[in-house]
Amino acid sequence: MSAKASQVTRTTNAARAAAVLGVIALVILIAAPWWAGRADMRLMSELFLYMALASLWNLMAGYAGLVSVGQQAYVGFGGYMLFALTIFAGLHPVFAIAAAAVLGAAISVPVAALIFRLRGAYFAIGTWVIAEVFRLGFAQVSALGGGSGSSLPVGIVKSLAASRSGRESLSYWLALGAALLVVVVIYGFLRSRKGLALTAIRDNELAAGSLGIDVWRTKFLVYVVVSALTAMIGALIFLQKLRISPDAAFSVNDWTAFVIFIVVIGGIGTIEGPIIGTLIFFLLRETLADLGTIYLMVLGLVAIVVMLKAPKGVWGFVRERFDVQLFPLGYRVVQVDGDKGA
Amino acid sequence: MSEPILRIEGLDAHYGDFQAIYGIDMSVAEGEVLAIIGANGAGKTTAMRSIAGLMQNGADQIRYRGEAIGALRADQVAERGIALVPEGRQLFPSLSVEENLIIGGQVGRDGPWSLKTVFELFPILEERRNQASTSLSGGQQQMVAIGRALMANPDLILFDEISLGLAPVIIKDIYQALPGIVRGGMSAVIVEQDITKALSVSSRVYCLQEGRVSLEGASAAVSRKDIARAYFGVE
Amino acid sequence: MIMEWANAIVQGTLLGGLYALFAAGLSLIFGVMRLVNIAHGDLIVLAAYLGLTTAIVLGVHPLAALLIVVPAMAAIGYALQRGVLNQTLGDDILPPLLVTFGLSVIIQNALLEVYSADPQKMDAGALETASISVGGLALGVLPLLTFAVAVAIIATLQWTFYRTALGRAFRAVSDNQDIAQLMGLNRRHVFGLAMALSLAVTAVAGILLGVRTSFDPSIGGGRLIFGFEAVIIGGLGNLWGTLAGGVILGVAQTVGAKINPGWQILAGHIAFLLILAVRPNGLFPRISG
Repeated sequence: MSAKASQVTRTTNAARAAAVLGVIALVILIAAPWWAGRADMRLMSELFLYMALASLWNLMAGYAGLVSVGQQAYVGFGGYMLFALTIFAGLHPVFAIAAAAVLGAAISVPVAALIFRLRGAYFAIGTWVIAEVFRLGFAQVSALGGGSGSSLPVGIVKSLAASRSGRESLSYWLALGAALLVVVVIYGFLRSRKGLALTAIRDNELAAGSLGIDVWRTKFLVYVVVSALTAMIGALIFLQKLRISPDAAFSVNDWTAFVIFIVVIGGIGTIEGPIIGTLIFFLLRETLADLGTIYLMVLGLVAIVVMLKAPKGVWGFVRERFDVQLFPLGYRVVQVDGDKGA
Repeated sequence: MSEPILRIEGLDAHYGDFQAIYGIDMSVAEGEVLAIIGANGAGKTTAMRSIAGLMQNGADQIRYRGEAIGALRADQVAERGIALVPEGRQLFPSLSVEENLIIGGQVGRDGPWSLKTVFELFPILEERRNQASTSLSGGQQQMVAIGRALMANPDLILFDEISLGLAPVIIKDIYQALPGIVRGGMSAVIVEQDITKALSVSSRVYCLQEGRVSLEGASAAVSRKDIARAYFGVE
Repeated sequence: MIMEWANAIVQGTLLGGLYALFAAGLSLIFGVMRLVNIAHGDLIVLAAYLGLTTAIVLGVHPLAALLIVVPAMAAIGYALQRGVLNQTLGDDILPPLLVTFGLSVIIQNALLEVYSADPQKMDAGALETASISVGGLALGVLPLLTFAVAVAIIATLQWTFYRTALGRAFRAVSDNQDIAQLMGLNRRHVFGLAMALSLAVTAVAGILLGVRTSFDPSIGGGRLIFGFEAVIIGGLGNLWGTLAGGVILGVAQTVGAKINPGWQILAGHIAFLLILAVRPNGLFPRISG
């Protein structure tokens, strides 16, 4: 064997190309208020927020093994915190969104202490119980409209920006910024030591434990971080909607079922999966949404078929065929003199 | 020599990417007691699991009474009259002693073995029939495991390391019961670490080494030296 | 005053029978194959709609519809297990969870498509209003019947599990799938039978639910949660514990509603969370999750 220099690297050509394209796309997206129509911007905002929710759910289920069907608890909680903090505490909406994240983290601590007692699938249903408790609890708060909900007062809406187009641009940028923040946080987290521990836990919980990784603490940390960011996204969602009610805020279909389908179809356990899944989801929705309930049945069916026949989803399929990774997490050995290895 | 009851030809077995057995050939004659010996990891248990249907192999690699059974599921193999006494006994902890035996007869084949005859063979089990199987001593658990396999009235019974982890006096008892078990034309394959024991109860012996047959012969005829070579691959 | 509280507790106990029926099927399949079926609640609602359709089309009493709905649900269960769910079983908890979640969405929307979102109710005639008076409390015949059915079904399941060949097969497969296979038990078939039995119980639960209250396609999730809470309160793998769990949940709900009508469901959830905090393995655990 000839002496070929090789080095260990994390990045790949595809990742470098993706990074360049990503920056270009980001610039184009930031400029959207100058080129996109009102309806397009609303759609894109919604897409960014779903992308964030899906990425967060994926961090829990795909990396930490915490399968939740109750993330609507934090979406609704964040939404209600936006309304409560702006109406009663007079906070500026942007600060209220940040505060919703902090409060989401705070409430997730006792919740985790309780439901982490449940294992596997029972943990999943436990998260749903929590979401129901939140829904029924907020329905009792008459100051926020009780069971029928309330609207964000005009004064608060106007405090965002004086003109309607200004408000729309700001809320669009907030959604884009939040999605970007979520993806960056997750990517950074997974590349850190904690992320390495998480990958070890996913691959073999028992072995990870014996290597001195505190499995419970690592999962707990993921749960709290995801809860905080999900509450922030929830606040943003209801800033877009301007109206909140317990049934809309804590909807299992809107904030969990769709999110799960997005991740499963896109590819669970990858950073790219939720992003691709969101694009597919919106593409399907924009073409099939007229079908109503049939659309949901098709979505459920596709998710089942993907889970059974291609459990790594669309992105897993692409990755196996072409060996590309846009968000490189692992290390790979490359030979620097340009010769192809065996 | 008549057609063997079991004929293994070119058997390969894999655990994922790891290949445990490389093309072994083996045959068991009707009414014969065959021993398989070999070091840990030589592929003995894998061979047993393959025959019993717990591992999927090429259909033609294992033939039982002329029928290709290599690709059948374990329950289908059991119905055809092959029973396995698994390594480590593996009783059902949720079932009582008697239930463990009854479930062994689930396949519903006719023959000499029934609760009554198993209790005659191992009288202690009748006393303990309603106890949880986990409450028995290791030796008694092994009796249940053997009785459970017999309840199926198999034509071919496979014993995988039945003396493992048992006290010598218990092993002696169990091996004393063996001739009574294989009476009436039942064929048997015994996997055993104790070579002396294996040779004393069997008529023929195979030695496996790293997934291949390294020695084959009449148990009475093979020499210690041959076995040492076949076992460790050294002179 | 005391009578009112006593009444709430008695009504809650009887309601607990219904919750135990929601839970029994869930508990059974978890015990046999460690599967948690997220679509369980939607299957209860499906059974209620099948009962409604049968009663209307054949013009029979809803309880007579059981003769058709029970075997129909059992057949659906067997087909579902052999056709879909068996493929999801393994060490990874994601596939069964996500596939049953997908099923839940499919069933719910299929019911919406066929029956619309309008609430429905089965007409059980005089049975709905009949009551008997015991020590100054008026006890509805229907709740009493529901409770008696729950006790009978749990006793039957218990007997099946511990006294029959089928139950032996369930326990053997649950203990060790490979070794059970060696005994001539095809685990795929045994799992199919377990799901068939689970959905047969679900059929009874669905019809009793539909006679008692109005229902619509969206209520499945709530029924799953009640059943789940009863299972966890009672302790995993213990059928009589599940009945106790159902009763505790039912009493918590009726007592909560007595204090404030809006608190009924919330009080049940809080009782569940309290028990989870104090006794994480439930009150009468038998197997570890």
